[in-house]
Amino acid sequence: MAGSVQIIPAPEALARSHPRLRALGLAWRFGRRKPLGAIGAVIVVGLIVMAAFADRIAPYSFDDSVPGARMKAPSLQFWMGTENLGRDIWSRVVYGARISVTVGFATVALATLLATAIGVSSAYLGGAYDITVQRIVDAWMSFPALVIVLSMLAALGPGLLNLILALSVLGAAGASRVIRGATLSTMQSPYVEAARALGAGHVRVIVRHVLPNVTATIIILSTIGLGTVILAESSLSFLGFGVPPPYPSWGGMLSGSGRSFMYHAPWMALWPSVAISLAVFGFNMLGDALRDVLDPRLRGGGGRPVS
Amino acid sequence: MQSYVLRRLLIALPSLLIASLIVFTLPRLIPGDVVQLMLEEKAYGKDLDDLRAKLGLDRPIPVQYVDWVARLARGDLGESLWTRQPVLGELARRMPVTLTLGFLAIVVAVVIGVPIGILSAVRQDGALDFFARSAAILGLSIPGFVQAIVVILLPAIWWGWTPRMGFTDLAHGPATYLLQFVLPAIILGIASAAAIMRLTRGMLLEVLRQDYVRTAWAKGLRERVVVLKHSLKNAIIPVVTVLGLQIAQIAGGSVIIESIFGLPGMGQFLLEAITQRDYPVIQGINLLIVVIIVATNLLVDLFYAMIDPRIRY
Repeated sequence: MAGSVQIIPAPEALARSHPRLRALGLAWRFGRRKPLGAIGAVIVVGLIVMAAFADRIAPYSFDDSVPGARMKAPSLQFWMGTENLGRDIWSRVVYGARISVTVGFATVALATLLATAIGVSSAYLGGAYDITVQRIVDAWMSFPALVIVLSMLAALGPGLLNLILALSVLGAAGASRVIRGATLSTMQSPYVEAARALGAGHVRVIVRHVLPNVTATIIILSTIGLGTVILAESSLSFLGFGVPPPYPSWGGMLSGSGRSFMYHAPWMALWPSVAISLAVFGFNMLGDALRDVLDPRLRGGGGRPVS
Repeated sequence: MQSYVLRRLLIALPSLLIASLIVFTLPRLIPGDVVQLMLEEKAYGKDLDDLRAKLGLDRPIPVQYVDWVARLARGDLGESLWTRQPVLGELARRMPVTLTLGFLAIVVAVVIGVPIGILSAVRQDGALDFFARSAAILGLSIPGFVQAIVVILLPAIWWGWTPRMGFTDLAHGPATYLLQFVLPAIILGIASAAAIMRLTRGMLLEVLRQDYVRTAWAKGLRERVVVLKHSLKNAIIPVVTVLGLQIAQIAGGSVIIESIFGLPGMGQFLLEAITQRDYPVIQGINLLIVVIIVATNLLVDLFYAMIDPRIRY
C-alpha cells in the first residue's frame, strides 16, 4: 500500500533480522495452533535423526548376533530385548527407520514428480491426450492399492528400489487427478489469459504461472502421502515383498520370526509394532496440521480421509 | 435411469479393457520362469519346451492375450497352470469367504463410523468428540496387521487364550461359520470406520451451520429430527462416495487379514498364485476385483438418487 506507514512491532523486526529466530518463531506459532501437529513434527524429526545417525545411535549393528543372548527380555543392556537369533531389537528398530524414511521420502518425491507431470500436462494439453490419459488413470485407480503393488513387486522382484518404483507409480495416479483439477482451475484465471495474450509460450505459462499456483496442493498431497506410503511399505514387508533380510524393516520384523516366537518373546512383535504405528501417526498428524495451515479452505478439520 | 446405466457401462468398457491389459501383462513380467519352477517341482513334461507347448506359453504374448480375452467373453477364465482346475470354479469356491469378510468389515465401518461421527459433530469439542477423534487417528495410524497381532498376542499373554486359527466351513452351522469372521472383520473394518467417522463429522458440521437447519431449530423441532432428518440426509452423500472407495481398500486389506487369520479366501489364493507365478489365477483374481470395484462405483452413483431426490439420472 503506497503512502501508508507500516509500524513493525519490535519482536517481528528482531525476527526478521535473524532468520534463525524467525524460523523458531514460526515453529512456536505452529506448535501453539496445532499441538497434535507439533507432536507429529517431533516424531518425524526423531525418525529422521534415527535414520540418519543409525550407526551412531544403535549400540549394535543390525546383523550382530550377541552370543548367548537369544530372546532375552528387555534389560539395561538390551533396551528392547533380543530376538531369536540374539540380535538387539533396539538396534534393529533404529536401522529399520532408515528403510521407512528412505522409502517414504523417495516414493513421495518420485510420485509427486510423476503426478505433477501427468496432472499438469493432462489439464494443459486437454483434448484426446487428456481423455486417453484419464482413462488409463481410471483403470489404474480401480485396482486395490495393495493388490496392484503386490503384482508389480512380483513382476519387478523384491528390493528397495523396486519397492519405491511400485509404490510411487501407484501413488502418482490418485495424486495426478487432484493436481489436474487444481491446474484446470488455475488455467481459468485471468492472469493466465493475460500471460497468453502477452505472447508467453507454453513453457513459460506452465513454469511461471501455473506451477506456482498448484504448489500448495502438491505440498499438501505429499505430506499426507508420506504416512500412507510408510504404512504400505510395512504391509508389503510384512507379506515378504519388501526389503530382503538380513536388513531390518519394521514390517519384516513382525512377519516370520516375529510372529512365530511372539508367544515366548512378545517384545519381538511389540517394538516393531510400536515403531510403525508411531511413525505413521507422526506423519498423519503433521500432514493434517500442515494441510489445515496451508489450505485455508480446509481449515477446521473438514476431514478428508488420509487414505 | 436405464439409459444412464447403459451409458455408464459403456464408459466402463474401455477402462475394463485397459485393466484387462494391465492384469494380463503384469504377472508375465515376473522374472523366473513358471515352466522352470514346474519342471523342478513336479515332473509334468519331458523338458522345458515340451511343457511350455503343453501349457500354451510358447505362443507370442499378444496371441495369448487375444486368446484369453476371447475365452473371457465366453465366461471362461482359463485353468490354473499348477492344479489344472478351472480358475472360475476355484474362485467360486473361495469367493464366499472373502465376500463374508468384506461385507462384515463394511458393516463394522458403517455401524461404528456413522453414529459416532454424528454424535461427535452434534457435541462438537465435547469429551466424546475429543475421544472419538483421537481414536480415529489411532485407527488410521495403526496398520491392520499390527492390530491383528496385538489382538492375538495380548489375550495369549494375559489369559493364555488364543483365537482358533483353523477354518470351519458353512457345513458346520452358520453360527460357528460367522463367529470366526468377527475378529478379522472388526480389524479390517476399523480403518474404514475411522475414515467414515471423520468424514461424517466434518460434513455434518458444515450442514449444521446452514440456514435451513437454523429454521428447523426455530420451528421447535426436536434435536433428533433436526439432526437425523434435516441435516444427515444432506451430509451423507460424500460419505457414501468414500464408502465406495473404502471397498477397494477393504479388498486390498483382506489379503493381509486372511493370511494372518488363516481364512482360505481370495486374498490367500492371490498370494499363493503370485509366489507360484500362476498367471491365469492372478489374472482371474485381479480382473474379478476390478469388476467388483467398477460395479460398486456404479451402485454408489445410483444410490445417490435414492438418498437425494435432487439427483435424477
